[in-house]
Amino acid sequence: MSHSEETAGTRRDFIYYATAGAGAVATAGAVWPLVDSMNPSADVLALASIRVPLDELTEGMQIVRLWQGKPVFIRYRNAEEIEAARAVDVSELPDQDAQNDNAGSGAEATDENRTIAPFGSDDPVFPAGALYVSSGICTHLGCVPVGEAGDFGGWFCPCHGSHYDTAGRIRKGPAPRNLPIPYAVLVEETVLQLGEEA
Amino acid sequence: MAGIPHDHYEPGSGGEKWLHKRLPILGLAYDTLMLPTPKNLNWMWIWGIVLTITLVMQIVTGVILAMHYVADTELAFGRIEHIMRNVNGGHMIRYVHMNGASLFFVAVYAHIFRSLYYGSYKAPREVTWIIGILMFVLMMGTAFMGYVLPWGQMSFHGTAVITGLFGAIPFVGEAIQTWLLGASAVGQPALNRFFALHYMLPFILLGLTLVHIWAFHTTGNNNPTGVEVRRTSKEDAQKDTLPFWPYFVIKDLLALVVILAVFTAVVGFMPNYLGHPDNYIPANPAATPAHIVPEWYFLPFYAILRAFDDSVWLVMLTKFVTFGIIDGKFFGVLAMFGAIAVMALAPWLDTSSVRSGRYRPMFKWWFWLLVVDFFVLMWVGARPAEGIYPVISLIGATYWFGYFLVVLPLLGVIEKPLTPPATIEEDFAAHYPKSAGSTGTSSSAAPAE
Repeated sequence: MSHSEETAGTRRDFIYYATAGAGAVATAGAVWPLVDSMNPSADVLALASIRVPLDELTEGMQIVRLWQGKPVFIRYRNAEEIEAARAVDVSELPDQDAQNDNAGSGAEATDENRTIAPFGSDDPVFPAGALYVSSGICTHLGCVPVGEAGDFGGWFCPCHGSHYDTAGRIRKGPAPRNLPIPYAVLVEETVLQLGEEA
Repeated sequence: MAGIPHDHYEPGSGGEKWLHKRLPILGLAYDTLMLPTPKNLNWMWIWGIVLTITLVMQIVTGVILAMHYVADTELAFGRIEHIMRNVNGGHMIRYVHMNGASLFFVAVYAHIFRSLYYGSYKAPREVTWIIGILMFVLMMGTAFMGYVLPWGQMSFHGTAVITGLFGAIPFVGEAIQTWLLGASAVGQPALNRFFALHYMLPFILLGLTLVHIWAFHTTGNNNPTGVEVRRTSKEDAQKDTLPFWPYFVIKDLLALVVILAVFTAVVGFMPNYLGHPDNYIPANPAATPAHIVPEWYFLPFYAILRAFDDSVWLVMLTKFVTFGIIDGKFFGVLAMFGAIAVMALAPWLDTSSVRSGRYRPMFKWWFWLLVVDFFVLMWVGARPAEGIYPVISLIGATYWFGYFLVVLPLLGVIEKPLTPPATIEEDFAAHYPKSAGSTGTSSSAAPAE
């Protein structure tokens, strides 16, 4: 009697566990599509690259363009701003990575590694080091920093007080990283392409 | 149920008997209304009712507003102006809903500090307390998502900052942030889902309200002495309590009249006083408002978020110990959520044998310092993160954690508390000597029908 009862008990236990296990797997399987539906949809992902004409950009001027719904800073730096950025010792920077998609991973955050290469060889419209492009989103909590402001003449984030220098490198405040530089290349003398063509 | 002994519902008429056999709903209503309530409750025990009424008010006005609103980034801002200008009485309904959020937080902070002072969180009311903290968190989420819906400048950039908090989580943060927003940046998917959640969460809150009430109806209300109601017999219990109806209902209604009078004055004369003018500028992804600050009720926790950056030695130490995984940004996020988490742990951090702060001479000082700290954090949270302000935030945040993690456990050991009265009846008699006849077993507790 007790023997058969024990067997019955363990078999019943097994059925309980198997049912609970199957139920858990089925629930997870049913919930996953719901969770995944909250990820970016196909139209959001299908974001092409854009081309920004820069004919109007003059020395010392900064423009903000939206790309993939986010602001991008484009600045034609003047001589003092370039000089100020190059005078900085990389080893003293909070973030020593260039954070530049064009410079390859692990590149140092020198001013040269933070600017867009000139188009053509002799007498380009934007000389070496003049054209600066980066994301316009503070690496702290995603505000848009204000241009030509802050202690280092670059950008100042009004939300939590992060100061970036004229090469978009974090110098002071809570932001952990330099402003990231997306894939950006001059495809003509005065036309900038943001993002790789699909 | 081991509640306070009291008279239970007896169906009277034939119809009541018929219904009671099939669904004892009248009994549930009767036992809830006639709940024996400590008769020495003071005016700090009105906030629960205020919160319940406010929740109902927010749901009713919210459903009406939803009938006129469209969650589309192109249309949302215009639809709010449509409500304000075209919908009959729409401006009033929206202002009630907007300021209703502020009333909600005034009441919830008063309610929470009441519980902290009188030790309402302590055994056996831990579950009530935990559910309450959970409701507080949900309420903050709901309020935040509601603030996004007008799609003004503050809405937009506030969303960027708050979802950025999740982006600070090591390794998976960016994926979580993208999942929350449904895109790599704030836009249509975020607005659409925030509207859906803003509509749904209040009903979860309503459900939790019932569980919250159920929990403290099981343990009985705390009271200013922190002494439990005698449960030895119904007669003893009646000396300590009065039925909720009509005594406390009428008292709560009086408080509600006063509070709603002030609320109506705010809604009528200064409806935008607690808001930010920037939110009447349509959202512009390319420019953040010069002073981005959350609504006043988030400021204390916002100040804690900002208090910790890489220049604080504790942050540097954590960064070193975790090999840089927890940086200043993530530390701030942990501190902000941690500030709420330590409140939830209060029942186990408070080691004192005496429940009510009234009989704890040292505790009182630390408690009132916490209240001051709360307001200082609220003030500093609205200031720019420059100069002296980050230092004040850091001191304020440190005390917030210090109160829960150091002061509460230590006070129970160091402090010599006063002796609370033996019974609630004794406390009541001391406050109202020789009121209506003798204080013995008279019919003072009979409910007036």
